[in-house]
Amino acid sequence: MMRTTEAIYKYLRPDKKFPHVWCPGCGIGIVMGALVRAIENTELTKDEIVLVSGIGCSGRISTYLDFNTLHTTHGRALTFATGIKLANPELTVITVMGDGDATAIGGNHLIHACRRNIDINSIIINNNIYGMTGGQYSPTTPMERKASTAKYGSIEKPFDICKLVESCGATFVARGTSFHAKMLDAIMLRALNHKGFSVVEAMSQCPVQYGRRNKLGTPMDMMQWFKDNSVSSPVFDKIPPDEVDEQFPVGVLVNKEDREYIDRYRDIVKKAGGEVH
Amino acid sequence: MNKRNEVLLQGNEACAMGALAAGMRFFAGYPITPSTEIAEFLAAELPKLNGTFIQMEDEISSMGAIIGASLAGTKSMTATSGPGFSLMQENIGFASMAEVPCVVVNVMRGGPSTGMPTRPSQGDVMQSRWGTHGDHPAIVLCPKSVLECYTLTVRAFNLAEKYRTPVIVLMDGIVGHMWENIEIPHTHEVIDRAKPTVPPEWYHPYEKLPAGNITPLAPFGQGYRYHVTGMVHDRSGFPTLDHGEVELCLKSITNKIKNNLHDIINIEEYLLKDADICVVAYGSVARSARSAVNIARKEGIKAGMLRPITLWPFPRFHLEGIANRVKTFVVPEMNLGQVYGEVLKSGPKKAVRVTRIDGELITPDQIVSKIQEVSS
Repeated sequence: MMRTTEAIYKYLRPDKKFPHVWCPGCGIGIVMGALVRAIENTELTKDEIVLVSGIGCSGRISTYLDFNTLHTTHGRALTFATGIKLANPELTVITVMGDGDATAIGGNHLIHACRRNIDINSIIINNNIYGMTGGQYSPTTPMERKASTAKYGSIEKPFDICKLVESCGATFVARGTSFHAKMLDAIMLRALNHKGFSVVEAMSQCPVQYGRRNKLGTPMDMMQWFKDNSVSSPVFDKIPPDEVDEQFPVGVLVNKEDREYIDRYRDIVKKAGGEVH
Repeated sequence: MNKRNEVLLQGNEACAMGALAAGMRFFAGYPITPSTEIAEFLAAELPKLNGTFIQMEDEISSMGAIIGASLAGTKSMTATSGPGFSLMQENIGFASMAEVPCVVVNVMRGGPSTGMPTRPSQGDVMQSRWGTHGDHPAIVLCPKSVLECYTLTVRAFNLAEKYRTPVIVLMDGIVGHMWENIEIPHTHEVIDRAKPTVPPEWYHPYEKLPAGNITPLAPFGQGYRYHVTGMVHDRSGFPTLDHGEVELCLKSITNKIKNNLHDIINIEEYLLKDADICVVAYGSVARSARSAVNIARKEGIKAGMLRPITLWPFPRFHLEGIANRVKTFVVPEMNLGQVYGEVLKSGPKKAVRVTRIDGELITPDQIVSKIQEVSS
């Protein structure tokens, strides 16, 4: 295991990119750390990695990490990533999105990327709120929770991101939390090694825009809630549905083999009489 | 094929063939009339060249995908029509801001909204200039024939690479669906992506070079790790709010076009030397305008035509020169006067318009009547 300071010098960008934009107690830095540690455990060089992000607090990760980085428009990270991967399949393409980014404005792109099973690694940092714009409710804000645009509590049923992407055809789906930092390292590494479209949902606390408004306590209290309510997926599957209250499964939820999009596109090239490189 | 090596082609096909000749190897698009033949043609042809064709989930994603492909080093294009062009505006702005070369073809149909999908129009002239938000540059080329669908698409890629900017090929439904015999040009200039001349540690993707030279865009994955964002950025590509850096960033994306008008602007002049009346027409309407000028000349009226081939940046200086010489401008267009407004800015003695928005082509007779009216 690489020493932390060495990892900082290797993967973080110097100069005026810091201090970062995230609030004290935010979980996004933990998720970014897990991503870096997972990459360190692969054979990948920094030149081979393209990190694509959307807009919002999570979108700023691309500014800080020393890869080929692309900070796109809101919700569109996967569309740019699709172009990059198809134009140069040798590159490892990682997208980082937030919950509003990936499942509201970018929801259409997400479901179609799943369906195509293109070899892109997606990380969706889910903090249940639009943090950067000031705490508006997102498609993953739980019912009755308050937000700056849900003054009386949300009346919309939230998405279960993992179930959504599984049903759309993602071939690797996992969930971790900012509390389970080591588990997050491990599932991100498995996602990076998976061939096909992978989604890692990283649940993360937003104490300033979500926790405070809903009286969820300190950042530590919010992380404690992740610890208390997360259940490893095989154990979760044995809980009778009517006994599930706020618990949620963590770990690898889906891991299956299916032909990847670029593999299938090579068949098209052959059928058309082109030369596959 | 006959002796003169001509082939019968549709405008949309010629556009797609021009793109391939320019080295385009990545197309992402979404079906929409009247541009769909471009996608259909490329779905068949790109795999033969080991290029990529993908039908995306919408026009927003098509535009995102071609920017991504371009950043990976591949010349890329999308094609659409009115409503799809509206959806692309968000990421056209991104390509302008992040200075990523790419080509967007818009085969204009009647609008607004769903409008008249199967009828031609020239209603997107202003959208092609100002469709995305903020101050941004625009290069828009406007073909009048099947041959020009080919040659201007090649030129669009060359300008995109040269100036690191999105370039729009603004066709109309008539030009896109028209069939003509053309001789495919076998020699044409193709500008390929310039490579950085400095080592990675010296590379700044948005460095402002002396003499207006433009920093080459290094493809992702070749050792030049840098940041690309739609935010206002410094020379390294990182977001900035420093006043000086903000101004430099925003002015340079516009100035690189403004300082090269002589290279970018292309016009056609027809019988203008002694003209009293100048018809300003573009796209398919320019064909009717040319006939109208010929008819008027036979009647002894000194009419001529100016055709902006580059529609944006608008050839204002050419117009101003002509405005001093002619008595009247006649501006026929399949909209309610979008280029007419630009003609007024050139300070004409008099300018009148001939508009048509019922989905039919403007005929030579309509233009002749207007010429007769203003000359009497």
